[in-house]
Amino acid sequence: MLQIHQLHKSYPIGDSSLHVLKGIDLSVEEGEMVAIMGSSGSGKSTLLNIIGMLDEADSGEYILDGLTIKDLTEKKAAVYRNKFLGFIFQSFNLINYKTALENVALPLYYQGMKRKERLELAMFHLEKVGLAEWSHHLPKELSGGQKQRVAIARALAANPKLLLADEPTGALDTKTSHEIMAFIQHLNDEGKTILMVTHEEDIANMCKRIIRLRDGVIMEDTKVNQVRAEQYV
Amino acid sequence: MFRFLFERDTWQEVLDSLKKNKLRSVLTMVGVWWGILLLIGLLGSARGLENSFNRLFGDFATNSVFIWGQRTSKPFQGFQEGRGVQLSLTDAKKIEENVEGIEFVLPRNQRQVSATRNFQTGSFQMVGDYPLLDKLQKKNLLNGRFLNENDIKDNKKVVAISEDVYKQLFEKDENAIGQYIEINDINFKVIGVFEISNVRMGPSQDMHIPFTTYQQIYNQGDRIGWLMITGKPGFDIKQIEVDSKLLLKNLNTIHPDDNRAFGSFNLGKEFAKLTGFLIGMQFLTWFVGVATLIAGVFAIGNILLIAVRERTKEIGVRRALGATPFEIKRQIVVEAVFITLVAGILGIISGGWILIALDHFFGQGDDAALVNASVSIAVVFIALVILVILGTLIGLIPAFKATSVKPIEALREE
Ligand SMILES: Nc1ncnc2c1ncn2[C@@H]1O[C@H](COP(=O)(O)OP(=O)(O)OP(=O)(O)O)[C@@H](O)[C@H]1O
Ligand SMILES: [Mg+2]
Repeated sequence: MLQIHQLHKSYPIGDSSLHVLKGIDLSVEEGEMVAIMGSSGSGKSTLLNIIGMLDEADSGEYILDGLTIKDLTEKKAAVYRNKFLGFIFQSFNLINYKTALENVALPLYYQGMKRKERLELAMFHLEKVGLAEWSHHLPKELSGGQKQRVAIARALAANPKLLLADEPTGALDTKTSHEIMAFIQHLNDEGKTILMVTHEEDIANMCKRIIRLRDGVIMEDTKVNQVRAEQYV
Repeated sequence: MFRFLFERDTWQEVLDSLKKNKLRSVLTMVGVWWGILLLIGLLGSARGLENSFNRLFGDFATNSVFIWGQRTSKPFQGFQEGRGVQLSLTDAKKIEENVEGIEFVLPRNQRQVSATRNFQTGSFQMVGDYPLLDKLQKKNLLNGRFLNENDIKDNKKVVAISEDVYKQLFEKDENAIGQYIEINDINFKVIGVFEISNVRMGPSQDMHIPFTTYQQIYNQGDRIGWLMITGKPGFDIKQIEVDSKLLLKNLNTIHPDDNRAFGSFNLGKEFAKLTGFLIGMQFLTWFVGVATLIAGVFAIGNILLIAVRERTKEIGVRRALGATPFEIKRQIVVEAVFITLVAGILGIISGGWILIALDHFFGQGDDAALVNASVSIAVVFIALVILVILGTLIGLIPAFKATSVKPIEALREE
């Protein structure tokens, strides 16, 4: 699914620069569910953003689904993001003046899908996350868990190969977190490849593999026995 | 390429975003609307004023100068100063023949007379004139005709009178044409009644009789009261005045530097002052209007720019979902064009109402201050096009700003 080799990234800070990623080697197969862990500031988000083509590495190799990602024009990157990737953010990032349904339909709009088709498909995904009857509500009328479910539906709408989630449960209470994890596990069961950043051990243990970052490199990479989230719901 | 303009989604996006930012949308539109309104209102008023001047002076050959004789102020070739200067028909003829750029030279005689009819008497200014006068100072006849060549040839005792004279000497609704009035004990037949002009040049001229009749009755001989000289289009009437006076001094043995020997009134010069004033006002109008417009458009750009900063995160999200920079720019530009266009059209419509109102309050009647206050469609159209182009260009600034950063930087914005 994706191969990363000797990836480096630093941020300029004043005159000096902060070396955040110091040679990451990582390979993820299709159907995996990977948790990325590490202390605050260890570069988890930076790595995820580079994988998501929202940011660019300074050096190193990154191959996504057989395609070398390097020096892409913003237009090409947009197309790849739209076709290959689904994003779930800690702070949901829904567009606040659009209804749940319109939010879910947005990636399809940028795919050039016809309005009617698009709204039908968006409705289908909203149903999957159990929010069919909330389709015409604005984000501000939804709870945190509901918002994140809308965001998941939106990430899935364009049927991406890879789902990227940066602390998807970071803003939710434990119970809601488990609900969301149950959804994500379900998606993985259906074959979606998932990469998520998290701080919480119990959430990480609901994945199938845990990668720990420290000092800009991967210091631990272990397969785990997945804990099913349903049992807590 | 432009198919997106016909897609509901594009407009849905525009309306959503305008609705979301009501205050910004309203302020922007008010800015442009006001600019256009001002431009149309000012241009229309300027045009109305110009039309009203033109109507006032339309009946006059404005490129003209009046010259009359006074007294010399310098001794010359044995003549003492203080000698009276008398213009003659020969002078008129010489000017017509020798001065460059002359169109017409019209000699005139005038005096105060008393006119009587059926015990009604009045004191009036009477002029001996050629029919040519009607060409240089159009007489709007209420009845009958003005003097013609036959009247001149036969020294006819006919007179064209003003409506003032008519009112004093005739009963209401009485037909004056063909009736006789007594002017200084001589009977004259009334051939026409003319309207009094809105613009008065010098003393009023109440009656016109044939030049030749005047000559005969008052033993004028060659002598004339004053000259009215008009220049051909394109010739400077001030130069014509200078040249004519010099020639007159020469003909009458007057010192070339004697500035008081002849009096004159240069209508062209006075008119040019008015025209200059009008041009100045039009320029000012354009300046104010265009400046207001530009200010309005810049306000829009500024507001859009703020909006983009506010919306940076949203744009980051959209880009994460697969929006290309082009699609985002296009959206913002459509928004800018739409808002300027709508505001501009509203401005044009309300500008039209303003003109209608101006016409209603100031444009009625013969002495209206504004005649046909209007703006040409072309001007309005050009203003609109400029507005939309400016709106587009300015819309592009924030659009470029929003797409020039990496999506992650946009997303990180709080
Ligand atoms: N745009 C930036 N400019 C400068 N420094 C940055 C930038 N983005 C991140 N950093 C720095 O890089 C380091 C890694 O940041 P990153 O967001 O990847 O950490 P993280 O592991 O996700 O942390 P957290 O768990 O707190 O989210 C941090 O020290 C951060 O301050
Ligand atoms: Mg982070």
